Amino acid sequence: MSQATLRIQKISGHAGSVPGEDTQREPTLCKLIDTTTCIGCKACEVACMEWNDLPFGETVFDNTYQTMPETRWNYWNLILFNEHEREDGTLMWLMRKNQCMHCADPGCLKACPSDGAIVQYTNGIVDFQQANCIGCGYCITGCPFNIPKFNPETKRVYKCTLCTDRVSEGLEPACIKSCPTGCLHFGTKDDMRELAATRATQLRDHYNFPNAGVYDPPGVGGTGVMYVLHDATQPELYGGLPKDPHIPWSVQLWKGPLKWLGNAAMIGGLIGLVVHYLRFGPKTREEDLEVPHEGAQP
Amino acid sequence: MTTSAAPGHVPQRVPRGHILRYTFRERLVHWLAALSYIYLLLTGLAFWSPWLFWLAVVLGGAPVSRMLHPWIGLIFFAGIVQMFALWASQMGITPVDREWFGAIGHYIRNEDEDMPPAGRYNAGQKLLFWGFMFFGVLLLLSGVVLWFPEYIPWNLRVLRYIAVLVHASSAMATIGLFLIHVYMGVFAERGAIDSVIHGDVTEDFVRRYHPGWYKELVNSSTPRK
Repeated sequence: MSQATLRIQKISGHAGSVPGEDTQREPTLCKLIDTTTCIGCKACEVACMEWNDLPFGETVFDNTYQTMPETRWNYWNLILFNEHEREDGTLMWLMRKNQCMHCADPGCLKACPSDGAIVQYTNGIVDFQQANCIGCGYCITGCPFNIPKFNPETKRVYKCTLCTDRVSEGLEPACIKSCPTGCLHFGTKDDMRELAATRATQLRDHYNFPNAGVYDPPGVGGTGVMYVLHDATQPELYGGLPKDPHIPWSVQLWKGPLKWLGNAAMIGGLIGLVVHYLRFGPKTREEDLEVPHEGAQP
Repeated sequence: MTTSAAPGHVPQRVPRGHILRYTFRERLVHWLAALSYIYLLLTGLAFWSPWLFWLAVVLGGAPVSRMLHPWIGLIFFAGIVQMFALWASQMGITPVDREWFGAIGHYIRNEDEDMPPAGRYNAGQKLLFWGFMFFGVLLLLSGVVLWFPEYIPWNLRVLRYIAVLVHASSAMATIGLFLIHVYMGVFAERGAIDSVIHGDVTEDFVRRYHPGWYKELVNSSTPRK
């Protein structure tokens, strides 16, 4: 545990210092998903369930190839399908593997009130510690990507761990391992950024995708999962990938100015009452009290 | 001495020279709301700040606090509803109350003899009442959203965004009211806390702090003498 603790750089609901903050220089890890070479085979979905030993849930048929409408507490990796008609009338089949984005500035962690229920390791992986989870669901509100999912039986919230158990042993995540086309890559953020930029350039210069680009949204400090998109100007087409995600403004307000204002008001109020009592005292002193006299009953 | 009583009040004997200020039902409702509020306050503060998270641990663990907080909230709201039924008709803001607010500086400096004659409830108490009614409703509405965040669909997520803000800021507002209320009742006005436990206050207390009400009582009871 002690070693694991040292490798934590952010802790939810935590008072005081964070053991692993700035203690080591570990490269930030990143998953790169090239949507232009994804064939939608769902091998990653299966590998995720297998490795993480997730109980099987029923799929939902909605006239597409999509397994279910959105991720579940026991289904962390889901390919979203979209049949997109381009302006020239041709059809594009967009497929995006959806999972936790492992934000550098995670909204779930910011919103979480429970000490140690959500942590971010020094390698950038954002992980839920269900043993410390209290089931309040604030992480659901804090996440701009609709990822944390509540299990009503255990009253805990679950999501993709980026296979932190595999990664800590030097292995790649299960989804990466299973991908047959090589559209999934895993490595340091710097390496993935370079690879993504190269691929985007290739798509722009040689494949007639002038808007091809990399999705690494700065609103959440960049993500531990990057996408190469045929059209980076319209990420919404890929199963509603938000164009400019950020921690919801209300969560920022709540955990920022409102918190300080509230704390100042509460502490100030208590001090004010003590000062008032010392200055003015009670309205009535014992010696002021009239002895009730006979027959005074009104 | 039953003039103060709400309808359906059980007659109660009070010591000589004392006046019944709160009926049994009023006291019961007050403490139902007060005790449930204190639980909500402590567990709520635990979720508010990591520095106070230990409060939830002391109260049986944070998952238990998360589970009970909404249910106790419903009990608190039942108390709010009862209070409304008991007191709303007596809480109308009168011209005297407006004057009272104008003279609040005297009240703060304990110069009660310079205050306009308050009725059974002074303007500050009425403000407390309406404050708790208003923020109580907001806390209930936002609290229901926070109770079941997983059932709020993604398209309606703005409800969750509003709820976290409304719940926290309404709670802060009630904490302000609560602190002043407890301070007044326990420390500033001697006799007030006893009145909401045993029901009676001295005649002197009524004459001093609620002269308008005292006058009413004297007038209404004179014919019976």
